[in-house]
Amino acid sequence: MSRPDSSIDLIREKARLIRRAALTMDFNAQLGHPGGDMSVSDILAALYFGVLRYDPANPTAPDRDRFVMSKGHCTGAFYAALAEAGFIPSSELETYMGPLSRLNGHPNRNHVPGVETNTGPLGHGLPVAVGITVAGQISGADYRVFVVTGDGELQEGSNWEAAMFAGHRQARNLTVIVDRNRLQQGAGTEETNRLDPLDDKWRAFGWDVAEVDGHDHATLLQVLGEPTAGRDKPLCVIANTIKGRGVSFMEGEVSWHHGVLNQQHYDTAMAELAA
Amino acid sequence: MSAPSTPPGAFDCRNAFAETLEALAADDPRIVTVVNDSVGSSKLGGFKKKFPERTINVGIAEQNLVGVGAGLANGGQIPFVSAASCFLTARAMEQIKADVSYSNVNVKLIGQSAGIAYGELGPTHHSIEDVAWLRLLPNLAIVVPSDPWETAEAVKAAAAHDGPIFVRVSRFPVPAIPRPDGASFKLGKAETLREGSDAAIIANGVMLHRALDAASQLAEDGINVRVVNMASIAPLDEEAIRSAAETGAVVTVEEGSVRGGLGGAVAEVMSTSRPAHLRVLGFPGFVPTGTVDFLFEHFGLTADGIAAAVRDVTAAGS
Repeated sequence: MSRPDSSIDLIREKARLIRRAALTMDFNAQLGHPGGDMSVSDILAALYFGVLRYDPANPTAPDRDRFVMSKGHCTGAFYAALAEAGFIPSSELETYMGPLSRLNGHPNRNHVPGVETNTGPLGHGLPVAVGITVAGQISGADYRVFVVTGDGELQEGSNWEAAMFAGHRQARNLTVIVDRNRLQQGAGTEETNRLDPLDDKWRAFGWDVAEVDGHDHATLLQVLGEPTAGRDKPLCVIANTIKGRGVSFMEGEVSWHHGVLNQQHYDTAMAELAA
Repeated sequence: MSAPSTPPGAFDCRNAFAETLEALAADDPRIVTVVNDSVGSSKLGGFKKKFPERTINVGIAEQNLVGVGAGLANGGQIPFVSAASCFLTARAMEQIKADVSYSNVNVKLIGQSAGIAYGELGPTHHSIEDVAWLRLLPNLAIVVPSDPWETAEAVKAAAAHDGPIFVRVSRFPVPAIPRPDGASFKLGKAETLREGSDAAIIANGVMLHRALDAASQLAEDGINVRVVNMASIAPLDEEAIRSAAETGAVVTVEEGSVRGGLGGAVAEVMSTSRPAHLRVLGFPGFVPTGTVDFLFEHFGLTADGIAAAVRDVTAAGS
């Protein structure tokens, strides 16, 4: 299994398609988390079209790279990425959160190929990702493990239990990407329960830290794609993002955490994401 | 720690757990243990010595403990996540729900020193709620073995079972239950250890030998009581419960809360398909201070107490 041929143009185009699909899903469902879907889209595009080794025809191949979507509420972007990557048919995205659809508001590995673990309650992805990485340490497998967390999600203590243990285990094949959009459901992260200095926190737990523009495809590709062989620590990539990125009226607006799109919102957003 | 000394002829089932797991692990390199600084309290010192790389100690962090277990399963290992049941189930309940049960992954949860094994340490360290909580979770098998043999069989069954399972291991010393030659343990199958048609006792774990003693007492008075070992709580042998209910009087006995556990499971089956008189023995709530022996006595969880409950419920039915 090889890494996909990386091209910045391809990643940019996939990110645009993921955003359009996610907003269409959120609009059709009159539900969803569009703000977070938009902030994470570039990260997902970089991962699925530049970094991860996977085979959608064999989604549980033992040597696949693992991707864990810890911010499980952003299934708009996640399912859209899985569809673009070939795990599920794009036509099925229309069923998002509809009656009996397998595309639940939070992902279920037993029904959706490409989902590694069922997330939704926050602070669950990182411990599982640490376990997957430790399994690789024991068996000698060389797969890599990537997990995307929200930033508000880091207020959950389970993340720090896992961070401490990953540092202790020198889990170099593990990379956490923090979607640092600085907003959580009710307000800013810093006014709710301050996370900064976030880089120092991860370093103190035994991690390497890279702080990047989470919408810069070339930088994401470079940082996430770097081989792990020379490392002796897990890597935390603090991806500075804008919640609602790409849709002018959503950007930086806390109300779009799970705001519901009306027809006018949708038309405006799709026009802005037309090319 | 007030670990009870093990009297002659009685066994700490943790040893059977650890010895069996060591033997299984020697043949299957996928078997790993995951502990929360609980190597000693899980009796896994020998395992750790033999398989240091396969002993994953996450420290005192139960949410991570269970999440890491789920991740190890994802990576192809067979993790035995072993911790005091009070912390494993209460602290990490959401991880057990989302990462293990809902995700339906091949994780073996070993609830050590369950029930009131920690005696005088009090309700924070008791785990009398675990079975009731876990019984609500789909996909998760639950076993409460009664003695060293059954503990060993449950561990073998857990390793062979493709899916999540919880095995509740007792610390309080118990005698070996006499069983017929060729006895076998089967997940989802109750074991009738004594026939009888006047009443039935359904018990498991450390209460089983007391139930058998109660039945012997009652036989001297001409009351013939069936004794059913319901070690497997999930899947549940509903037919065995309906059959027990046909005696007209049922007593359940468990080292756990009287609400939602074995008694609750039996009540659900009986009330919906075969009503009969039922008495549920266990703990009514947080228990007061005392040794394990004292607390069993205090709450009537002795052969005498069980026999009295059977007389009571049998009289109610006649």
